[in-house]
Amino acid sequence: MIKVENLTKTYADFKALDGVSFEVQKGEIIGFLGPNGAGKTTTMRILTGFFPPTSGKVEIDGFDVFNDPVEVRKRIGYLPENTPLYQDMEVYSFLRYIAELKDVEPEKKNQHIKNIMERCGISHMKNEIISRLSKGYKQRVGLAQALIGDPKVLILDEPTIGLDPKQIIEIRNLIKELGKEKTIILSTHILPEVAVTCSRVIIINEGKIVAEDTPDNLENKVSGVAKVIVTVRGGSPDLIKTRLQGINGVSNVTVIKNHAGLTDLSIQSEKDVDVRDKVSSIIVQNNWGLIEMHRETLGLEEIFLKLTKKEK
Amino acid sequence: MHNILTIAKKELRSYFLSSIAYVVFAMFLLLAGYFFTVILLYTQEASLKGAAYNIVITLLFLIPLLTMKAFAEERRQGTLELLMTKPVTDFEVVMGKFFAATTMYLIMLLTTVVYVFILIKYGNPDMGPIYSAYIGLILVGLAFISLGVFASTLTENQIVAAVIGFALILLLWVLSWASSQFTGNMAEIISYLSLSGHYDNFVKGVIDLKDVVYYLSFIIFWLFVTVKSIEVRRWK
Ligand SMILES: Nc1ncnc2c1ncn2[C@@H]1O[C@H](COP(=O)(O)OP(=O)(O)O)[C@@H](O)[C@H]1O
Ligand SMILES: [Mg+2]
Repeated sequence: MIKVENLTKTYADFKALDGVSFEVQKGEIIGFLGPNGAGKTTTMRILTGFFPPTSGKVEIDGFDVFNDPVEVRKRIGYLPENTPLYQDMEVYSFLRYIAELKDVEPEKKNQHIKNIMERCGISHMKNEIISRLSKGYKQRVGLAQALIGDPKVLILDEPTIGLDPKQIIEIRNLIKELGKEKTIILSTHILPEVAVTCSRVIIINEGKIVAEDTPDNLENKVSGVAKVIVTVRGGSPDLIKTRLQGINGVSNVTVIKNHAGLTDLSIQSEKDVDVRDKVSSIIVQNNWGLIEMHRETLGLEEIFLKLTKKEK
Repeated sequence: MHNILTIAKKELRSYFLSSIAYVVFAMFLLLAGYFFTVILLYTQEASLKGAAYNIVITLLFLIPLLTMKAFAEERRQGTLELLMTKPVTDFEVVMGKFFAATTMYLIMLLTTVVYVFILIKYGNPDMGPIYSAYIGLILVGLAFISLGVFASTLTENQIVAAVIGFALILLLWVLSWASSQFTGNMAEIISYLSLSGHYDNFVKGVIDLKDVVYYLSFIIFWLFVTVKSIEVRRWK
């Protein structure tokens, strides 16, 4: 549905995108994840034909964005970053304007807009002036305008930024619902967002794609290091540390905390090695007390930090 | 064409949502009425000549107020991105905004027809120069609008857009003054390019094809520059 080949974008002398390529299949919800300044907005603006890349190619539903911008724009619904809207218009007349620009048939226009307003939960706001709406409702109006004309592809740039937790959940549910019939790319710098809504994640940093997979796979792939956290009674922290470090497969031990005779340690092991048996027997052999032990895998949060740091 | 009309309609509606349109209308009515009355009382002549000269002067600063919003506001609100990623071309957007401002101007100009009726009722005016003056006013007004819309693409700030628009219009209006500093072809070119030199004939009752062609090319040129300007501005 979307084919992006080797995009490069240079602003003045700053390279914002550097060889970005990816594909999105029909029906996928792709999370475009990256810290601020990674190049997400730049990519989306190129995808929608708002400006051309310095080099590279984008194809949406078989049409080249630069040779056939109008055909491509008929097929996409776009919510730009920060949800720009005509603040002085009423919700309904704004959506009608968009419907006219999107060439929705005049006889079907009213019903079409009504359905979308219902879906986005803004029917009761149809005669409100947009500037008077709350942030959450403005966001829904932004989504509604993207849905006008029933586009096959939705491109949403940080659709939940600036919303409160309740609004975030509502918008995410709406996006998930829409994902059943549409191909969606949404950008975000918030990690849980992609884990919740997306079928695939593309992580971008400093203009380059650093990883691309399902949220689950990504978690497995990068969690090369597993961590075991133990709490030990008795012994000196240094001695415990030295003993544990002697275990085969343990790569690093750090003391997290030591108080009232209890020592918390974090034990990092190599990938696919479970060191818990050996840890417990070492502790017992030394006559210390094993108070607590659990294993931690790296969450998406840490993977993200790792991937985006590695690039530096 | 369909998109141009859609955009023009929306722009017209938003003119009436903002107070600036009413202020411009009121100022125009006031000034045009003042010029008409004072000149009529002074000359005791059933003609629109004097008023037509002075109305153009009010347009020098009122038209930038009509056009300042066109692109500056879209850029400030970020809606240019919303609009330009719909299935429309840059040309259609520019024409839509140009037609909306043109419609506003024509409505404004239409109110002055009242004075023509007054002349007809109480005097016996020569209608020829009145018709030609209106054709001149329409052409000059549209030329100002094309320049003003261009100025609006240069900034996100409406006030700055109005000031730039006013400066550009004024500069091209008085360009002919500079021609005295040159000789030969250069002087001729400069006075040809000046907006004001082509207006006199219309007021005197002469419709010269040369003047009509001048204004039409002026309008087309600046609309073309406007299209290029938003294209370039998006690329950056
Ligand atoms: N118009 C511009 N001119 C110069 N630099 C820009 C422009 N737009 C974005 N940038 C820079 O390009 C980089 C990527 O920006 P952007 O695509 O907006 O990132 P993101 O959306 O991921 O936060 C940033 O470093 C930003 O400062
Ligand atoms: Mg961004």
